[in-house]
Amino acid sequence: MNLRRIGTSLIAPAIGLFISLAVTAVILVAIGASVTTVFASMWNYGTSPRAMSLMLNLATIYFLSALAVSIGFKMNLFNIGVNGQYVLGALAAAVVASNLALPKIASVSISILAAMIVGALWAGISAWLKVARGVSEVISTIMLNFIAIGIISYIIVRTSIGTETSLNVRGTKPIPESGMLRGIAFLDPGTPIYGFFFISIIIGIGYWFLLNRTRFGFDLRATGKSASAARTSGVQSNRMIYVTMLLSGAVAGLVGLPYLLGDTGTYSLQFPTDWGFTGIAIALLGRNNPIGIALGAILWAFLDISSGQLILEGVPREISTIMQGLIVIVVVISYEVVRRYQVKSEQTNVAKALAKQEASV
Amino acid sequence: MTYLKSRRFIGAAFTAITMLSITRTITGNGDLTSTVTIAQALVFASPIALAGLAGIWAERAGVINIGLEGMMILGTFGAGWAGWQWGVWAGVVAGVIFGAIGGLLLAVAAVTFGVDQIIAGTAINLLALGLTKFLAIVLFTNAPGGGQAQSPPIKGEIPTFTFESIVEPLTSLHEKGIFFISDLAGVFAGLFYHLSLLTIITFLLFAMTSYLLWKTAFGLRLRSAGENPWAADSLGVKVVQFKYAAVVFSGMLAGLGGAYLSIASTIYRNGNTAGRGFIGLATMIFGDWRPGGTAAGALMFGYIDTLRLIDTGNQNVKGLILLGAIILFAIGGIMLRRARRNSAIGFLLLGSVMTGAYFSASSFPPEVAQVAPYITTLLVLATASQNLRPPAADGVPYRKGDHH
Repeated sequence: MNLRRIGTSLIAPAIGLFISLAVTAVILVAIGASVTTVFASMWNYGTSPRAMSLMLNLATIYFLSALAVSIGFKMNLFNIGVNGQYVLGALAAAVVASNLALPKIASVSISILAAMIVGALWAGISAWLKVARGVSEVISTIMLNFIAIGIISYIIVRTSIGTETSLNVRGTKPIPESGMLRGIAFLDPGTPIYGFFFISIIIGIGYWFLLNRTRFGFDLRATGKSASAARTSGVQSNRMIYVTMLLSGAVAGLVGLPYLLGDTGTYSLQFPTDWGFTGIAIALLGRNNPIGIALGAILWAFLDISSGQLILEGVPREISTIMQGLIVIVVVISYEVVRRYQVKSEQTNVAKALAKQEASV
Repeated sequence: MTYLKSRRFIGAAFTAITMLSITRTITGNGDLTSTVTIAQALVFASPIALAGLAGIWAERAGVINIGLEGMMILGTFGAGWAGWQWGVWAGVVAGVIFGAIGGLLLAVAAVTFGVDQIIAGTAINLLALGLTKFLAIVLFTNAPGGGQAQSPPIKGEIPTFTFESIVEPLTSLHEKGIFFISDLAGVFAGLFYHLSLLTIITFLLFAMTSYLLWKTAFGLRLRSAGENPWAADSLGVKVVQFKYAAVVFSGMLAGLGGAYLSIASTIYRNGNTAGRGFIGLATMIFGDWRPGGTAAGALMFGYIDTLRLIDTGNQNVKGLILLGAIILFAIGGIMLRRARRNSAIGFLLLGSVMTGAYFSASSFPPEVAQVAPYITTLLVLATASQNLRPPAADGVPYRKGDHH
């Protein structure tokens, strides 16, 4: 039974991958590129040690982002605001860490704490608006994303927190080396794997434990399945909204840290601001399951990185974005089709069993 | 338009101009109600308004369209590409068609397959972004005047109209600085200054939507698909067909909004939408899923954007702060009269804070204006969301024959 369940949950992503590869091939042919050369180039470069290291690093970021989104999803809360939560979280961490001269473990812990608190507070606004004022979190988090970007640009461009970091780019003061978490190089000597890679594994396990092995996780999933039933059984749904949103925001606050503490050491105006949307897509692919999310994050990062040298074949690397979009849309449709098929086959099985019983009576 | 509605509209316009006029008088900043400002605000507001209108069509039929952004992106691309090849009107048509393709995709995923609508919309946003970036590189990189991230210039222009006989006397009346009269003149003249044919089309689409969706049997059926599709089905309404039509038309409108953007900047550029699809969605909610309120929301965004971008002496943003304070005081007053004490205190406090800010700072950074529309939207939603009424079955997947 369990095997069958795993089988059916793998069918949808497999179909998604296949169809997206097929459509991509058609597009490649249409622009006059060689399909095999392109795929071979992606595979060859993508499996090189350097690319694999880059991929794991990027996957770490995506994993955290998708985890933040899926905490909300589990309770039918759509946190589109991961973008805003993580940019503010990363900025807070950058400001705090660049002003600290503490041993590594203390400095990094404080950065993490700062990022989580700021991310949670920013998400908390949406929670309050939803609970107290009945505002849909979908729209409030979108608005808060725009506001966060405005706040950041104000802080960096117009306050003394921002300085010239490099040519014409303003950012926060660089974090001292003692505050960085660069990580270790084990696949490729020149490309260390972020220290956050390991931290995010721990967070993933924590997520699984919290949702599947605690009372809170049970309440959360129950509210997500049926809010009214959960309320009847004594779950305080308003409290659940607060806790879920704060948790989601706290994890979201971490999304920028692997890159900040493992690479740039400064929050500048060039810091990426759209990893939150990637997280939504990956949470969908991974069906809110930590292992599924990890696989989705790796696939996504693989496509991002392996397309890096496609330009040598005369093909824009954006072909990977098309593949990602196709995968998401086909996979969500196939999940739905598979689910319907399962429901139908269960119904037929039940009907058969009942018919047998009646015949024997 | 019924008598009551037109009275309400005139009342709202009167109030808005009075507040603008008070602000203009105190700040002495004529830009706030000048002909040019209003004309430019219309240009900025129209694409957002079209996105909002697109949202109304989809959601009135019960399909949440968070893919508006993606459909708009497709529209900007279609307009840039076809406009460069065959001229501006081909661009408009291509923008609409590209948007429609996005809408069709959402309809297939959300209506036929019953995928969660927010998820399907998010996927469309992603796909549109990747596809347009990819195609831009393929099609525009080696084109003369194009680049990896932008198309060559769109050929030709959309006709614009300036009614000199109206604009000139009114503009000179505006410059006299008489309370209310001059502001009314400036605003009115702005409506007839460099008025793009696309803006007129936008206006007509709003009027058409009001009529079609609320005054015809077609509209009633379409809205019934968004309120209670099972009941509608039992009465013989072809729910799935209506949902398809609404969502595809929604895509067309969003695509037109995108085309408007590209044409206004004469090229397609990556990232030109800058989240306007989402903003359109916000104006739709802001406007209670109705054309009038949506248009008002879009105008607010367009107006604030304009003041921010034409701000020469850093005084426009300051003016906006005062305007915001005046509006907050007015709402606070209304709340007091309606005996909603807590809300009233909140608004009056906020208004006082902003008044204080206005008098204590000599100028404000443009970031304040950048975030102002979003904060306003949140404020409106926070105060009014209990009074907003989305379609009852908005976002609910529908399958014929399924039990509710």
